Amino acid sequence: MVPVADLAAPTARPLPVTGPANPPEDGKPITRRLDIEAVAKHPFHDVAIVGIANSEQARVLEGHDSTTITFQAVHRVLADTGLGPSDIDGVAAGPFSGPLTYYMRNGPSWRHYMAPSIPTILDAASAIATGQCHTVLVAHGSAGVYTERASTAPWTRPAHEFVVAYGMFTAAEFALIAQRHMHMHGTTPEQLATVAATIRNNGHAHPDAVYHGRGPFTPDDILASRMVADPFHLLDCAMTSEGACALILTTRERAQDLPTKPVYILGGACDSFGPSYQHPPAWDLAGPDGQNNGYTGRWAARKSFAMAELGPTDVDVCEFYDPFSFEIIRQFEAYGFCEEGEGGDFIMDGRIGPGGQFPITTDGGTMSFSHGGAAVQQLQRVIRGVEQLRGTCVTSQVPDAQVAMCSNGGAGALFTDVMLLGTDTP
Amino acid sequence: MSELLQPQSPGIPLPVPTLYSQPYWDGCKVGELRYQRCQDCGAITMDPAPACSACFSTNLDWEVSTGQGEVYSWTTVWRPQTPAFTVPYVAVIVTLDEGFWLLANLINCTVDAVHVGMRVKTTFVELSDEITLPYFEPAD
Repeated sequence: MVPVADLAAPTARPLPVTGPANPPEDGKPITRRLDIEAVAKHPFHDVAIVGIANSEQARVLEGHDSTTITFQAVHRVLADTGLGPSDIDGVAAGPFSGPLTYYMRNGPSWRHYMAPSIPTILDAASAIATGQCHTVLVAHGSAGVYTERASTAPWTRPAHEFVVAYGMFTAAEFALIAQRHMHMHGTTPEQLATVAATIRNNGHAHPDAVYHGRGPFTPDDILASRMVADPFHLLDCAMTSEGACALILTTRERAQDLPTKPVYILGGACDSFGPSYQHPPAWDLAGPDGQNNGYTGRWAARKSFAMAELGPTDVDVCEFYDPFSFEIIRQFEAYGFCEEGEGGDFIMDGRIGPGGQFPITTDGGTMSFSHGGAAVQQLQRVIRGVEQLRGTCVTSQVPDAQVAMCSNGGAGALFTDVMLLGTDTP
Repeated sequence: MSELLQPQSPGIPLPVPTLYSQPYWDGCKVGELRYQRCQDCGAITMDPAPACSACFSTNLDWEVSTGQGEVYSWTTVWRPQTPAFTVPYVAVIVTLDEGFWLLANLINCTVDAVHVGMRVKTTFVELSDEITLPYFEPAD
């Protein structure tokens, strides 16, 4: 627990000089990052997400490796749309981009080699909007990668000289962010546990979730689980699992001929403060505007809302990335749903649960649905957002959802990406 | 827990210095916490870097920190990253008095004593012929 004296009188602390130390004067408008270049029409006016699919998800997928499970997701997304390999002229599937293009024999093809997440979907949409290609397959999968179970998963602990000898991995990195917020604002373990219980109950209900039927959970259940990295108990943390997923984006015109209800990209942008898990994950790490890593995603959200001409109260469902419980509280503050320091109170009283004003992570997210490695679970936030806007969720469907906000990343990893999806053409 | 936190034993994964970080690790071997200061704009850069993080100049020189600072954030880890690590261990970000952050482990105090604002100082632990690690311990 944070000492009461610290909560009552948080003192100003000198900002380390790790970047340009010229924070803006009070009241000075932030201009550098929020100037969105004028465009004749919405940049994604002619782009639609038409296909989504998850492969099987499990703690361990016997008989699969990363390639075969990715191909399963690709088969499923093609079935979702009724398209065939020859209809695809762009592939964004990280290391699988080359193999997919070769085995589908769909070259020459636009391709993207970064492990796909929200930035990749925005790149794919941009490639379509600028005429580089017309139909992009986005896919990723992971199986058989995490085998040494006495250690934390390999993607949680990249070796870097300034963290490697101190036993750092994702839970500890994100804990350093959460502890700072708890110190500044008095955010409580019970509030964190309320987030985790809400998300885990969404997964408990979802028949395809890896932890389907494992609940229901109360906040006390979360607090009773063993401590991993203070303040995170085991059930405050993402799981590890295996699985794959895929999406297909195409032109608005082509979408009219497909059987699925098209979903549109209303806005999207990406914030980064540097490489993940190499340097101290400090809340106050800041660039020239004085905007800090603690609220990474704030500028991405502002740009997304500006692009969409919407605000937080227009969002029907919050498919927020949930690597650790505190991250949901942080995102509500970062994106402007509530004031700084008020996120802990904001998520209480049912607001983020089923039927609440801002339902979160409705498939169970990385805590309960799946966390298939470094990228799959990030794409799955967008897949769930599309599912909500199609109105096809088997569980936790938000009635008449028209705007979904999806996110990836987190302050412990020094980045957050944001997308706004909608049922109407932007 | 009333037991004092201890440094890790040899066998944990160790840093692999780079061309520009080698002077930092050389400093640790002689009990100095070194940091870079830009000779053009005066800003401090840390972690060691090939260029100033304020003005991007490569005209950096090394100075020696007092090693004194205060805990900026912390976490007590109970599930080790790999079996090579002994739990519990405490990871801290410390704001050094010169004004830069360093991530390390806290030792020579109890788990219950850790808090934001705690005054600490560096102490060095030799883990191999090549690597001596900076840790933090209570200043008093």
